[in-house]
Amino acid sequence: MRISRSIEIWVGFFVAIGFVAMFFLSMQVSNLSSISGEPGYDITASFENVGSLKVRAPVAMAGVDIGRVTAIDFDPKSFEAVVTMSIESKYSELPSDSNASILTAGLLGEQYVGLEPGGEEELLEDGSEIEMTQSALVLEKIIGQFLFSSDAEE
Amino acid sequence: MFDIFQRLGASTLGILERLGRGATFLINILISLPTVLVRPRLLITQMFSIGVLSFSLIVISGLFVGMVLALQGFYTLSDFGAEGMLGVMVAASLVRELGPVVTGLLFAGRAGSALTAEIGLMKATEQLSGMEMMAVDPVARIITPRFLAGLISMPLLATLFTSVGVLGGYFIGVGLLGIDEGGYWSQMQSKIDFHQDIMNGLIKSVVFGWVVTWIAVFEGYDAIPTSEGVSRATTRTVVHSAFAILLLDFILTALMFGDV
Repeated sequence: MRISRSIEIWVGFFVAIGFVAMFFLSMQVSNLSSISGEPGYDITASFENVGSLKVRAPVAMAGVDIGRVTAIDFDPKSFEAVVTMSIESKYSELPSDSNASILTAGLLGEQYVGLEPGGEEELLEDGSEIEMTQSALVLEKIIGQFLFSSDAEE
Repeated sequence: MFDIFQRLGASTLGILERLGRGATFLINILISLPTVLVRPRLLITQMFSIGVLSFSLIVISGLFVGMVLALQGFYTLSDFGAEGMLGVMVAASLVRELGPVVTGLLFAGRAGSALTAEIGLMKATEQLSGMEMMAVDPVARIITPRFLAGLISMPLLATLFTSVGVLGGYFIGVGLLGIDEGGYWSQMQSKIDFHQDIMNGLIKSVVFGWVVTWIAVFEGYDAIPTSEGVSRATTRTVVHSAFAILLLDFILTALMFGDV
C-alpha cells in the first residue's frame, strides 16, 4: 500500500504541533518553569493555628518565594500544627533564629508562610525547626475582639 | 404482565452480551497491536483521517470556547474586582474539564461517527468477510490501526484545544477587556500545577480517547450489515460516547480533584 507523501507530512505536522501545545501548556500556563530541579531542604515550624494554609502554599522571605509548604500535620501531644516546608537549596543561608508567621496575600487572598531573618550566626539546615512562630490571624476572632472592645468603651 | 419481565430480562441479557462482546473485541485489538507496529503506514493513514481532519474543528472550537470563557468570567469577576484572576479561571476550567470533555464530545461526533460508518459499510459490503477469506485478519488490518490512531490523536487534540483556548482567552481578556498582560500569565502560572492539573487533564483525554474509539470501532464491527443497521450504529456511537465521556469525567474528577 502506497500512501502519498503529503499525508505523511500532514500527520508529522499534526504530531509536532501537538507537542508544541504541550510544551506551551507546561511552560507558559503551569508552574513547571518556576520549579527548580534541585530538591532543596526541609524545615519545620509549629503553629497554634494555621488558619486555611494549604499544602503547596508559597513560603516567602521579603516578599520573594523561596520555597513551598510540603505537609501540614497535627501534633497530638502539643496540640499544635506542624508545617513542613521545603526551601530551595540556593537559599541555604537562613539564620536559625528566623521567625515564621502565617500571612494573607491581600484582604481575602490565600495564606502563605512569611519568614523573617534573625541575627544568629548558625544557619537553618535540613530537619531543623523554627522556634519563633506566629499563628494565622483568624478574621472572626479579630472582629469579635473589635466588637467587644468598642462595646466596652461605650 | 409476565411479558414485561420477559422483555426486561431479554434486554438486560442483550446489554450484558454486547458488553461481553465489546470486551473480547478489545482484547483482540490489544493482542493484534504488535502487527500494527510492524506496519506503521496503516497507522499514519488513519492518523490523517482521524487526527489531521479533526484539527481545524478542534482549533476553531477551542478558540471560541476560550473567548467565551473570558467574556463570561470577566462579567462575574469584575463584580468582585478580581479581574486579575481571569487567566486562572480560563486556564483552570480549560485544563481540568473543558479541554478533555469538549474535545472528547467533538471527537466522538467528528471522528467516532466516521469510524463506525466506515467499518459498518465495510461489513455491509462484505469487505471484512472477503478479507477473512483471504486469510487476512480484519481486526489486525482494519480495526487496530484505527483504534491506535484514535488513542494517539485524542490527547494531542485535547492539548491543542486547551492551548488555543488559553490564547483565545488572552486575546479577549488582554486585547478587548484591557486586563494586565503580566497578571494574566503570572497568576495562571502560580495557580496551575503541572502534575495536579496538566497531567490529570492529559490522563482524562487519554481515557476519553480510548473509550470513544473503542465504542466507535466496536459499533461499526458489530453493526447489522444493512444501511439501516449502519445508521443506527453510527447514532449509537455518538450517544454512547457522550454518555461514557460525561460519566467517566465525573468519576475521574472525583478521584483526581476530590480532595482539593
